[in-house]
Amino acid sequence: MDQLYREAIIDHYKFPRHKGHLHDPDYRAHDHNPFCGDELTIEVKVDEEDIIREVAFDGKGCAISMASASMLMEEILHESVEEVKTWTRDDILDMLGIEVGPVRMKCAVLSLKVLKKGLYRVDDIDETLEVDSMMEKEG
Amino acid sequence: MADETRKRTHSQNPEPGAVNWDAVRGQFPILEREIHPGVPVVYMDSAASSQKPLSVLHAMDRYYRTMHSNVHRGVHTMSEEATALYEDARAKAARLINAPDPRECVYVRNTTEALNLVVSSWGRANLGPGDQVISTQMEHHSNIVPWQILRDELGFTLDFVPVTDEGFLDQEAYRNLLSERTRLVTFTHVSNVLATINPVKEMAAQAHAVGARVVVDGAQSVPHIPVDVQDLDVDFYAFSGHKMCGPTGIGILWARRELLQAMPPYMGGGEMIREVTLEGSRWNELPYKFEAGTPAIAEAVGLGAAASFLMDLGLDNIAAHSARLTRYAYERLSGIEGLRILGPGPDQRLGLIAFDLTGIHPHDVSAILDHEGVAIRAGHHCAQPLHQRLDLIASSRASFYVYNTEAEIDRLAHGLEQAVQIF
Repeated sequence: MDQLYREAIIDHYKFPRHKGHLHDPDYRAHDHNPFCGDELTIEVKVDEEDIIREVAFDGKGCAISMASASMLMEEILHESVEEVKTWTRDDILDMLGIEVGPVRMKCAVLSLKVLKKGLYRVDDIDETLEVDSMMEKEG
Repeated sequence: MADETRKRTHSQNPEPGAVNWDAVRGQFPILEREIHPGVPVVYMDSAASSQKPLSVLHAMDRYYRTMHSNVHRGVHTMSEEATALYEDARAKAARLINAPDPRECVYVRNTTEALNLVVSSWGRANLGPGDQVISTQMEHHSNIVPWQILRDELGFTLDFVPVTDEGFLDQEAYRNLLSERTRLVTFTHVSNVLATINPVKEMAAQAHAVGARVVVDGAQSVPHIPVDVQDLDVDFYAFSGHKMCGPTGIGILWARRELLQAMPPYMGGGEMIREVTLEGSRWNELPYKFEAGTPAIAEAVGLGAAASFLMDLGLDNIAAHSARLTRYAYERLSGIEGLRILGPGPDQRLGLIAFDLTGIHPHDVSAILDHEGVAIRAGHHCAQPLHQRLDLIASSRASFYVYNTEAEIDRLAHGLEQAVQIF
């Protein structure tokens, strides 16, 4: 029916890939939004060349935010951290393959936001705003 | 005017069952809108804000086209007409809740502002360390947060009546909280999530027995049921225009005259004064003491038209219509796999159904329903403490009003069944 809920989105929501946690991750970030209850943790392990070798996510949220996280885990595996740092909102929308309106945009890009927080090692929640602006600039 | 307002609103109702609800629906032009080509809107978000009938739209339009001017003190025809309309609307709003005197009805922006007025004015003048205020776990944030802010400033105790597993206020816990320290009790008439109708009269009597004042949030009740502040015997009653067919930006705080007279002003400025010198000022009479600045005149006119609209339909008739739709929706939604209705059974609730659909986030539920043209609300409905009690982060809420039909509830149920299929 709804283009927003195409089969791949539902599939990733119901059967999330790489869900769980890593032992001793190199990069880790967490964020949550009390308004819709979305909550997401992403963990990444890299090899000596900073190539992403292991990934995991855990969280709660709507189908869009959770499918986005699950798909992103598959996308970043075997990519370099430097490469992933350049990804933008448009890359996420391409990955999801759906048209996302302004209200659901924050659900769609939560995964990339949390991932970037981790890769840039932005721990302070106030600096999240800067991550947002990084996504804007590169988008 | 005073004689007229003393009459009980109920007695002015037309014959029970005499309402042609199809014709009522026809008075709401927005409902002709299609959300997607060929998919008409099913508006089930009236608990957040209701739609407006032609009579309200026309009253506001006519006011702006033919007599707009600032109210009070203008000695010209249009100002006098505007003032008369503005005050006539206040009298209608007073009649809607059977307030003994329109001068006890203060215009505010909405229920939130009404509650903030009580907190800032009455609360600041009457509360201090050692005092206790009782609110409840089922309140909208607007009846929790302002009290928390003042508590942190003045150091009184703020306690909350818990909600039972069945979705009622725990009356035993309430009685145990009451003591001679209790200065004020504040609670909602009808819950905006559980739809529970609280026993206002009984709770107010118990509060008065220990000398406490009683504030009631009427945002969800005034649109749906006959409200009689004299019979309920409360001290403050607050409601919004926009949930009862009126415009946004206007609402009423009703309070007993002696309370309003003793309370300090809420905001300073024009209109609220009698005399100003550079040394000090004296306050205007009621209700103007609480109405600083140019008010929302067109909105007040709209509120008056909305009050007339509801009284012409008859609040008993509206209550019966809401109850019928709620009961039908309760039955239809109960049959959906994995759907849990929050709050009491169909005969003890009014006007809305909030629910949790296992495994589907409320935003997804709402997005799928929107595809079917069905507008519901998803989120915490400004009641996070209640959702914490229910062990939920958010819920979905369908709310019904004078224009909704059983056929629309079928479309809601069909959309929900589709959501279950997709997930």
